[in-house]
Amino acid sequence: MTLYSILFYILAAVILASTAMAITRRDMVHAVIYLVVSFFGSALLFYLLGAPLLAALEIIIYAGAIMVLFLFIVMMIRIRPSAGRLLSRVQLLPAIVMSGLYVVVGAFMVTGDTAGRGDFQPAVAAPETLGQYVFQQHWVTVEIASLLLLVALVGAMIIGGKSPPESHPPVEEKS
Amino acid sequence: MSDPKQTSWLGDILGSVSAMAGGFSTTFKHLFRKPITEEYPEYKRPLPERSRARIILTRDPDGDERCVACYLCSAACPVSCISMQSTEREDGRRYAAWFRINFGRCIYCGLCEEACPTSAIQLTPDFENCRRDILTMVFEKEDLLVDHGGKDKTYNFYRYAGVVSGKGGKGEHVKEKKAVDVKTNLP
Amino acid sequence: MIAWLVGFIVLIVKIAVVLGTLLFIAAYLVWVERKLLGRLQVRLGPNRAGKFGLLQPIADSLKMLTKEDIVPEAVDRTIFLLAPAVVALTALLMFAVVPFGEDITLGGRPIPLVISDINVALLFIFAMSSLGVYGVALGGWASNSKYSLLGGIRGAAQMISYELSIGLSLVPVVMLAGSFSLVDIVAAQARYPYVLVQPVSFIIFFISAMAESKRIPFDLPEAENELGAGFHTEYSGMRFGLFFIGEYVHIQVLGALLAVFFLGGWHGPYLPGPVWLLIKMMAVALVMIWIRGTLPRLRYDQLMAFGWKILVPAALINIVITGAFVLI
Repeated sequence: MTLYSILFYILAAVILASTAMAITRRDMVHAVIYLVVSFFGSALLFYLLGAPLLAALEIIIYAGAIMVLFLFIVMMIRIRPSAGRLLSRVQLLPAIVMSGLYVVVGAFMVTGDTAGRGDFQPAVAAPETLGQYVFQQHWVTVEIASLLLLVALVGAMIIGGKSPPESHPPVEEKS
Repeated sequence: MSDPKQTSWLGDILGSVSAMAGGFSTTFKHLFRKPITEEYPEYKRPLPERSRARIILTRDPDGDERCVACYLCSAACPVSCISMQSTEREDGRRYAAWFRINFGRCIYCGLCEEACPTSAIQLTPDFENCRRDILTMVFEKEDLLVDHGGKDKTYNFYRYAGVVSGKGGKGEHVKEKKAVDVKTNLP
Repeated sequence: MIAWLVGFIVLIVKIAVVLGTLLFIAAYLVWVERKLLGRLQVRLGPNRAGKFGLLQPIADSLKMLTKEDIVPEAVDRTIFLLAPAVVALTALLMFAVVPFGEDITLGGRPIPLVISDINVALLFIFAMSSLGVYGVALGGWASNSKYSLLGGIRGAAQMISYELSIGLSLVPVVMLAGSFSLVDIVAAQARYPYVLVQPVSFIIFFISAMAESKRIPFDLPEAENELGAGFHTEYSGMRFGLFFIGEYVHIQVLGALLAVFFLGGWHGPYLPGPVWLLIKMMAVALVMIWIRGTLPRLRYDQLMAFGWKILVPAALINIVITGAFVLI
């Protein structure tokens, strides 16, 4: 067992534990914090696998931007922790089915390659290589994704923006 | 530049930039001005005579204490820090047997001074009155009494009072009419 | 093994020196700020503790350390206790990738004057500054007080908005230098600093980074006259001190980053590299104090409109123009 594999198992344990905590917490803010810890662990895992760029992006985008947004919303609307069952029966059934599938797939993966030397290579991704890969070979996908986000943005503006002026009484229109 | 909207937009930017520059130059000039700070323990600013701090009990021009122990200051005090016991001299003049101000509670509002009919209790500009032990903030009459008239040098209550005391009998006080002889005033 | 040990010792020494310098300067930056702010307002500033008040930082830190560390009853205890550390830690960690001089040779081996030269250093800085938001937001939330909560919400909104313009303002720098590594960015500025070719980026980065460090005129999260002290209203003693250290280390890091990205880093004539970096950092800090002494606080809607409607579009246009020039 090398130093790296020890680190890997520690990180994996931290990620699993914090994710489990995240989905079982009643308090939304605590759940968000555990999820941030989980993302942090995954970022370190990426770094360990030789992808510092992905690690940095994981922290910036997931831990730094998206989770802050979550936290912001949770803080703004102040949800009271619900007192009911954590997982209702309706939620529990799909969860069990999914995790069953996960176990089956995992079992196939482990038994298919017992030596653990499959065609997985450390994803060494230099910023330049990754940039060229994404923006030269897959630029159409990137453009489609960005267009999708733009549409979502405009849609949110329209839904959340001011109601159309004809619904206002004419007195208010002078402002 | 022919578009009026464009020029106003540009004017807005130029205007705000010049406003900012004005602010920054003002603060920069202030950097080289002599500070106006008065450094307190080294330099003690002369305070106005009527500023309100430590309380004294004054004497009238004749050297008698002015306080007649009427309890008005004690009643006016919003924090009830003044207490006294009134008593009377043989010649009929009232005075306080003991007079006590708890400066630990005093808020230096000056209401006692306003209430006082004899200008006895007065506030002075001496504000340096901090103690480490709060019990030493309780001032007795001998601590409060001073040898001068304070802000009111001339007033002497018993010269106007119309009460018989060492300062004259009936009808002998300032602005007092002669005492009426009831025997000669029959209809 | 010996080589490894020597390397390890050198690393520890470097970290200790940088950490000590950062914290020492942070303490004296408070003194400089109070003194200079006083003069800007035609006052004297602190002058009681020692000559010119030079012992003031020591007195302040002694006071902070010996004060009672009050934890109010209704707070979320763990988060409340950890939040100040997050703020101070992320600010300190950002300095780990800042190069502060040319490689020096000691006993035949080159020692790079940077703690860690990772090839995604710039992204590391973004990551740290985006994690710094948690200290503010969670500190505000965990205090369980309305002022703190409002301060925390404002802090979160402000910092994620301005992080965007920081990121966009640095894209032209990366395009010019062709690397995320701060060492390479500094090396690319050996001939001329980038502020000459990227003045717009420089201004956008300066403004947004000031907003990121919650300084006047962007100090809405701690707006004294409306929120008490904002997100750190409920903190006392050294935990408040940690927020304070975080702010002043952040000023230094901001100065160092501004120097690295736009002012040529440690490059400069005659004096050695670390001295030049220090001079540039201090110059930036002095300008920030001057700004603090001059400008009033922005309103919340002004802050958001300024960030999203002016800085972000300006940064985007700047990227397009720079891209065109780089292509040509």
